[in-house]
Amino acid sequence: MVAYRGGAPVLVPEFLSDVRHLARSFPPCTHVLNACADRYHFTVGLSAALLSGRVSLFPSSQAPEMLRQLSAFAPDAIWLTDENGSGNGLPCMTYPRERAAASAAAARCQPGAAPQIDESQLLGYVFTSGSTGTPLPYRKTFGRLIGCVHEQARRLGLSGAARWAILATVPPQHMYGLEASVLLPLASGHALCGERPFYPADIAADLERLPRPRALISTPVHLRALLGSGVALPAVDLILCSTAPLSQQLAKEAESRFRTRLLEIYGSTETGQIALRRPTQTAEWRLWPGVSLEPEGESTWARGGHIEQPTRLQDVLERTGTDRFMLHGRVSDLVNIAGKRSSLAYLNHQLNSIPGVEDGAFFHLEEPCDSHTGVARVAACVVAPSLDAARLLAALRERIDAVFLPRPLVFVAQLPRNGTGKLPLATLSSLAAQAKPATTA
Amino acid sequence: MSDHVASLRQPSAPADADTLTAEVAGLIVQALNLELSPGEIAPDQPLYGEGLGLDSIDILEIALVVSKQYGVQLRADSEENGRIFGSLRQLVDYITAHRTK
Repeated sequence: MVAYRGGAPVLVPEFLSDVRHLARSFPPCTHVLNACADRYHFTVGLSAALLSGRVSLFPSSQAPEMLRQLSAFAPDAIWLTDENGSGNGLPCMTYPRERAAASAAAARCQPGAAPQIDESQLLGYVFTSGSTGTPLPYRKTFGRLIGCVHEQARRLGLSGAARWAILATVPPQHMYGLEASVLLPLASGHALCGERPFYPADIAADLERLPRPRALISTPVHLRALLGSGVALPAVDLILCSTAPLSQQLAKEAESRFRTRLLEIYGSTETGQIALRRPTQTAEWRLWPGVSLEPEGESTWARGGHIEQPTRLQDVLERTGTDRFMLHGRVSDLVNIAGKRSSLAYLNHQLNSIPGVEDGAFFHLEEPCDSHTGVARVAACVVAPSLDAARLLAALRERIDAVFLPRPLVFVAQLPRNGTGKLPLATLSSLAAQAKPATTA
Repeated sequence: MSDHVASLRQPSAPADADTLTAEVAGLIVQALNLELSPGEIAPDQPLYGEGLGLDSIDILEIALVVSKQYGVQLRADSEENGRIFGSLRQLVDYITAHRTK
């Protein structure tokens, strides 16, 4: 069993047939930007690329400017999609329509072993937002990824005889989703789910129609929404959570109301997942085999194990043992909004590259707004006499993911830089506070 | 069940619709900590993407407050090509038709 689609199973021969069919259908290209929304389509696309020696690209956002820069990185890249869309300037390939039942059935009958992929083969590149504004590529090798998710399966209790169904609310294109919702099921013989439910009622319905044991791969934003929605919670055999800090309170509530274990993953785009914990039992994280941490100033370098290259992590870590650490919050430049990560330096670069912007700065609000999902936004002050908010936001939308659009966006005559050219956070924060209109009762 | 069907057939009286519209606008502003007052959300202005410029995190948050306040559970296939969040008016119409509180 490879997947469930709408509750219906997809078996290995059908999957392999779909993969081979797609592999034969690629136009001439070496790089594939796999933008398939359906997780099964994505997995077929990823596997077909691997099978045909193509390199998959995983940008951190699909903002038009990011895609322009990607095609500078890989001029022959194509955009593989299963939705209506233009490819945003890249040559577009539509996922093949479901084949006629007869030919699909015939294809499934053909004998064929699962293709062997060399562990040194490059699966693709993930990209992060560099401080210079150019996306930075990070290699992901097939063997290292598979080794990493095999360890993940062991730690999650998914290495036994039981065949699990794994439902995720996260996209397959980001590292967390790629590992937990695509590669882990594929490598460990469990079933991934084509759906990516969004609303709590859909998450519950999609879980309900899967056979047990079943796991939910999600994030604090979605878990909080699910628990607060009033929807009847179906039984789940495991919950995995990542991308942003999860409160103790939410972890306890999730375990109690779902009557299951909740495990949390720590990682990054550059390194993939590197640590795990069960937050209701301990605040301590346990590292993946072979991974080591070295402090450098405020931040920490991670290397070894499945990590492809030494990486500076954007969080403040405290080592508590050879393979254990505690997390103490983010390095101040990091921006994490509902699990999507960027940096103030990258956002500032994008803002200041907009024609008409004379000076601009993103910053964290000192007192993040209190909302149901606990998502604090990032704010910005800008000097742009010839622009209004609508045009500035439209220009930003071209360059950055929508979640990073500033709230509030404050227009000023001059940024309050001090003598050394720095912008004191307190001054920016008071500017932002003054900009809010009085709300009516 | 029959009451629910009846409410689908009979549009709300204008005064009720205005009250509900103001109420929903207030919920949105408060839940998302927007920098405008509820009355500034034009009833036919797009909510998602353009117009008010909300993103998917905001939509999830609105879905949450709407479910708590009115007992309406949004589903992806009930979105009818994004018409629910196409504007405040469309959201209010949807709530009117499906509310259980």
